[in-house]
Amino acid sequence: MNVVALIAATLVTATPLLYATIGEIITERSGILNLGIEGTMYAGAFGGFIVTANTGSPLLGLLAAVVTGMLAGGLMGLLTVTLGVNQHVAGIGTTLLLIGASEFSNRLLFGGGSLTQTAKFALLFTGVPVLEMYLLTMLGLAVVAPLAWWLLRSTGLGLRLRAVGENPEAADAAGISVERTRYVALVIGGALMAVGGAFLTLAVLGTFTLNITNGRGWVAIALVIFARWRIWPAVASALLFAVVDAAQLQLAITPTFAHVPRELMIALPYLAVIIALAVAGRGLRYPGAYLKPYRRT
Amino acid sequence: MAAHVNPSRRIFIGAGLGGALLALTGCGGRTGDVPAGTAPAQGSTGGGAGSKLKVFGAYATPIEEPWDGVIHQALQKVADEGLITYTHSDNIGYDGGMERILRDVCNTDKPAIIFGDAFGNEDPTRAVAKDFPDVAFAFGSGEEEVAPNYSVFDNWIHDPAYLAGMLCGGMTKSNVLGVVGGLPVPEVNRIVNAFIKGAQEVNPKVSVKVTFINSWFDPAKAKQAALAQVAAGADVLFAERAGVIEAAKEKGLLSIGCMGDQKEQAPESVMASVTWNMEPTVRAVIEAVQSGTFSASNLKDHSFMKNGGSDLTEVNTAVAGGIPQDLVGRVAARKAEMKSGAFTTPVIETTPAGSVELS
Repeated sequence: MNVVALIAATLVTATPLLYATIGEIITERSGILNLGIEGTMYAGAFGGFIVTANTGSPLLGLLAAVVTGMLAGGLMGLLTVTLGVNQHVAGIGTTLLLIGASEFSNRLLFGGGSLTQTAKFALLFTGVPVLEMYLLTMLGLAVVAPLAWWLLRSTGLGLRLRAVGENPEAADAAGISVERTRYVALVIGGALMAVGGAFLTLAVLGTFTLNITNGRGWVAIALVIFARWRIWPAVASALLFAVVDAAQLQLAITPTFAHVPRELMIALPYLAVIIALAVAGRGLRYPGAYLKPYRRT
Repeated sequence: MAAHVNPSRRIFIGAGLGGALLALTGCGGRTGDVPAGTAPAQGSTGGGAGSKLKVFGAYATPIEEPWDGVIHQALQKVADEGLITYTHSDNIGYDGGMERILRDVCNTDKPAIIFGDAFGNEDPTRAVAKDFPDVAFAFGSGEEEVAPNYSVFDNWIHDPAYLAGMLCGGMTKSNVLGVVGGLPVPEVNRIVNAFIKGAQEVNPKVSVKVTFINSWFDPAKAKQAALAQVAAGADVLFAERAGVIEAAKEKGLLSIGCMGDQKEQAPESVMASVTWNMEPTVRAVIEAVQSGTFSASNLKDHSFMKNGGSDLTEVNTAVAGGIPQDLVGRVAARKAEMKSGAFTTPVIETTPAGSVELS
């Protein structure tokens, strides 16, 4: 086992999950389950790619992903906050819509041709063990995660956000706008999810392909529950999933493990999360207003 | 192709928003996508002599996915030449859509021939073929043909894969190669095993790391798998799946592309590509239907290299570090022997181990 490569691979695999999981936590703490996460990541990956392909700048692509994610969050807000639609249906609908729209646009723009390569973020500190990572990974670990933690814990917005997620009636009576606060949570969360998706196109691949997120959003949904809606455990769980995945990729090609059924090796990261959920997930306390649209009575 | 589950409705649900996005970006585009049953009737009915044959393509995956893309491109080319009228429906998936669309097309559009991929849809395609004996079916399949009208084909590209193995075996300095494949089905195993045999012919000391990512299309995952192989010492990579060339590029290593010619992606890294060409198969079926001699058969021979159905692209000696002429010559000689029938590439369909050491 090559530990330096293992760490590098862990950081790459964890990054999309890290952003998506933090985004989902912020959203869910306000009382909204955003199952639009998979589609939001997908649209972020596509939006970032399109702008980078046309401008040659991954930074502008990243900005486009942020805007795409904010719009996707706004759409979820329209459905679940303003219209009060069932959150499961709205989320899955949003995911289908965003993936369909991205695939359809991709078909129209690139007509089923081969992969278009764009400029992409370079690895920082190449060749330096442990520090070799993409800018977005570094930002995620050193800036976004602490900021999100501080936001939820210590700011007025964070307090309002948790209040509308726990007890919207009380928050409303205290003069907090439940609608506006939930919109803000969805827009911030959406932007983070989209950045997680854009990491795949703008840093890992430098191109967009169909099925690019391949279920990573659904993994993030599980990690949020595992982390009990807390930021640092979420970071740890994303790293746990990633390290098991990176380790199985290395182990499966060693002579010792070469004959272990591949299906088992591939399932290991998912098994790790399921086992962790089974052990740590008992006695969960969901946000008080989880899944409940708020209407003044 | 069973793992690539991608419901077709996504594309249609997204159509409205996609159109709006397109209008905003002001870019032109192409829509080759004609939903089943809504295609306007063109020309006369399918089998009419003297008129263009009507051909329909039914694809479980999006045509951007290389396997179905190869079938689509061959049919599109023949259609562009004016030989046939061609419509298709893609991204049909594996949840019952295939049978519905095929029945719909057979009833309303009455094509003479239907091409498609049956992996993951073996039973539905056969059931429809049985009910419409006048329509010629030619499907990519891992199973047998069914008389009178259901022919099967598959990508038999083990010949160029063997040649690619020779190139990689000759170029490795660490004596470790990496292969990242989709799923360990016979078709993919055949390619990977032929690659390994080719590498061992040139370099008896070589060991090969084999990873299957359990998906037909997850380039980010394929790239991570390739990087893990590099960490285990691999210094030449065979990109059976998309994403691997990106890893080779990043690490400054040599690679082999697959399905299409992938030199463009990294001219300094891609030594050659193992390609599949469905044109001979498509033309054979069309000619048989036109002459009234179509019957159910296994069309695999048309995918063999000696019949133009597969190939190793011209060796790109301009890669970083170059490729020695004697190795290029050795590969060319073996290729000539394959074409003349003097050499037969071994067909091994068992799943290779994760690490194939010297025997």
